Amino acid sequence: MEKTVQQFPPFREGSAPHQGHDDHGHQEHHEPGFWQKYIFSTDHKVIGIQYGLVALSFMLFGFFLMLCMRWSIAHPMKAMPFIGGILHSIVGSQMASPVKDASGTIIGYAMSPELYNSFGAMHGTIMVFLGVVPLAFAAFGNYVVPLMIGAPDMTFPRINMASFHAFFLGGVVMLVSFFIPGGAAQAGWTSYSPLASTIPTNGQAFWLVGMVLLITSSLLGAVNFIATIIQLRAPGMTWMRLPWFVWAQFVTAFILLLAFPPLEAAGVLQLMDNVAHTSFFLPTGLAVSGVVGQASGGGSPLLWQHLFWFLGHPEVYVLILPAMGIVIEVIANNTRKPIFGYKSLVYSSLGVGFLSFIVWAHHMYMTGMGQKIATFFQATTMIISIPSVIILTCMFLSLWGGSIRINTPMLFALGFLPMFGIGGLTGLPLGLAATDLYLHDTYYIIAHFHYVVAPGTIFGLFAGIYFWFPKMTGRKMNEFWGRVHFWCSLVFMNLVFMPMFAQGIKGMIRRMSDGGVNYSAARVPGAIDTLPGSVMELNGWILWAAIALGIAQIPFIINLFWSISHGEKVGTNPWSATTVDWQTPTPPPHGNFATEPHIVRGPYEYSVPGHTADFTPQSETVAAKNSTGHH
Amino acid sequence: MEIPYTVHKRADTGLYNAKLGIWLFLASEVMLFGGLFSAYILLRVGAGEGTWPHGWLDVRLGTINTILLALSAITTLLAWAALKVKEFGKFKFFHACTMLLALTFLGIKSYEYYDKFHHYEIQLNNGTIADGHFVEQSADFDLAKKTGTFTIHGHIVERHAELMDMRSDEAKKAKHEEHVIAAADIKHMENYSPRHNTFTAIYFTMSGLHALHILGGTLVIFYLWGPGSRMWKTDPERFTNRIEVSGLFWHFVDLVWVFLFPVLYLT
Repeated sequence: MEKTVQQFPPFREGSAPHQGHDDHGHQEHHEPGFWQKYIFSTDHKVIGIQYGLVALSFMLFGFFLMLCMRWSIAHPMKAMPFIGGILHSIVGSQMASPVKDASGTIIGYAMSPELYNSFGAMHGTIMVFLGVVPLAFAAFGNYVVPLMIGAPDMTFPRINMASFHAFFLGGVVMLVSFFIPGGAAQAGWTSYSPLASTIPTNGQAFWLVGMVLLITSSLLGAVNFIATIIQLRAPGMTWMRLPWFVWAQFVTAFILLLAFPPLEAAGVLQLMDNVAHTSFFLPTGLAVSGVVGQASGGGSPLLWQHLFWFLGHPEVYVLILPAMGIVIEVIANNTRKPIFGYKSLVYSSLGVGFLSFIVWAHHMYMTGMGQKIATFFQATTMIISIPSVIILTCMFLSLWGGSIRINTPMLFALGFLPMFGIGGLTGLPLGLAATDLYLHDTYYIIAHFHYVVAPGTIFGLFAGIYFWFPKMTGRKMNEFWGRVHFWCSLVFMNLVFMPMFAQGIKGMIRRMSDGGVNYSAARVPGAIDTLPGSVMELNGWILWAAIALGIAQIPFIINLFWSISHGEKVGTNPWSATTVDWQTPTPPPHGNFATEPHIVRGPYEYSVPGHTADFTPQSETVAAKNSTGHH
Repeated sequence: MEIPYTVHKRADTGLYNAKLGIWLFLASEVMLFGGLFSAYILLRVGAGEGTWPHGWLDVRLGTINTILLALSAITTLLAWAALKVKEFGKFKFFHACTMLLALTFLGIKSYEYYDKFHHYEIQLNNGTIADGHFVEQSADFDLAKKTGTFTIHGHIVERHAELMDMRSDEAKKAKHEEHVIAAADIKHMENYSPRHNTFTAIYFTMSGLHALHILGGTLVIFYLWGPGSRMWKTDPERFTNRIEVSGLFWHFVDLVWVFLFPVLYLT
């Protein structure tokens, strides 16, 4: 394995821009204009930052939608302070209902159930497809993967740019749908048919067109990532020397490549249902509001669910794997010792990737698809938890015996571990058909997947932002406000989601704009299994916790922009890291490396006995000249 | 800045970038059409007894189209082979044939669509069903006002099930002639558009998506054949790679048709 360096062909054939700045000076110093530099850039780092900023904006917007919904849940049909009037001027009285006092004057506007539904559908869509995936996969992948493997850029830079533009356009289509008559899609982020084809709004058609654009974007991205990782690894960067973050992105790219197209197929079919009035997902004799429709029938609502969840479940691993990759990098760096079980991590990520394709129907135990099928998917679901647990266990064991350095990225990475653990373990009852029948579609499941994605994945992403910010800007983000951000986020995340487990176990159903008032003991006294007052009260507490969580993000937003120009200046390798993304100039120029990196060892050579420094970079030659860690 | 392995292959993978890229893209295309074929299977298996139509499509036209695409696969291969032996003129000729074959395919496909959109199933008030192609309609034809007449060339059947198997002996024996139908007699009429039933829906969707792929492939080949072929003078090796990569896509699109033809026309 150690001798593989010689087997590689020369890194660059023909012209070699990195070896001679002088020969190619006319190319490198040509200063492109604003549009070319920031909007139509083909540089993977600029595209990564574009993705990152747009995705963060979408996440903030999706969070705002959720705050509106939490208000409606806690105070159904009560006037919304501040926001109500704004919503009314945008969506009109149909969607934002006027609230009158005793004398009949309008004192404010409340969310209508229809508006709640559309916010719910769009919150999920935006958070998953426009927020977390673009940030975790596209932004971090674009910025970090080529640097980590020692490549000058992605294999297809122009396709990379097209990918971002398709994503942006898809986002615009989604946003525009809020303003059309009838409003945005209202059938949930899962868009189950026939509901999605019977709600009288064109928002669903917009949703589908938006999705086709987003799927195109992720397809182009996935092809690019896989090709880059296979083709552009620097000499000596063998597969088992790849930092695990690259492996995580590699598996993620394969999942996106193969799982998204069936949803695209489903999207085309549903678009036909909505626009050409076919009946792919509409059963024979479908009645809407008591009236049998004109549709020809013969379709299968279950078909949509199969096609949707064939993407939907692998998508969960698209959301989590890149964040896990970031956490591994941050943990290795801050424990100052090699990661525990590197090979187990690699094979586990491959196992997760493969198994994620055969667990989808565990979302469908309630559909009556049959006990035999349910048993199969229950078995695969239990099996996939094995590699997931191996990954998490490796993370925990990596902490053992390390001299842990605490800083903001490390805090977020450490926060990820128990939060993802809670999210994962609470998923087990949902993977077993018998218990899922009770818990399905309750707040329990909302709490479960939010623990995986919100304090799980998003904490991983925050760790990544604080960790690679110095590489992008040459400055560190403020440590004090970073810690404030972490501790407040940790506390309020838990205050938001922990009560939902209790609500769900008590039987509170999701997707109710009134938060279950009609099923409460107060509304129907004496009936069995109503929601007790203590459970209903939690709605109010969750609202305040969610608002506090929003406020807790303000230090982060200010810190992010303030630190670009005012943060503490640092050298090229401020964390004393081993991977080659830290062996480039800061910020890396177009083409990345000053000299061609030659990789001579594995990714996590920390505290090697006998070495003076406690880290040994993967590429030795560059390290000798360039390791100017501010430490 | 130059990306390595855009033209020459990397030794340990044996591929140049675009070739790997197109294979990955094709893998996702397999999943796209795989999703649609799965949908076809599920819908067909789930269809009630006697509700899935047979023999609604013209096998002769389908066969001709299959032959056209098979020939275009050969010319695509020959075009690439011609570049490999540095015969640019032959390349031009073979890819001109490819595009001609592709356009003929699309022409025949359009005719088939046109034929289906002019094919009407008319449920009459007396319980029988008139089924056939549109011939003409009177100037005052209005279904809502129940005025005028609608003329089709076809036949009248007693039961809807009789329309479902056009390969049966009864269907073959049926006499097709012109029927003039008064609007007042019509209960419901509908052409064989995608909404007509699940079969037409999946037929139009799958063959339509395939036709879009044909169109896209033709546009790419046209670009490489026309303005894009200037690269032959500056970077012949890279140009040959481009022809290979676009050819791989073309072969895939042909392959999809090889599955579509039996599934839609022959069963």
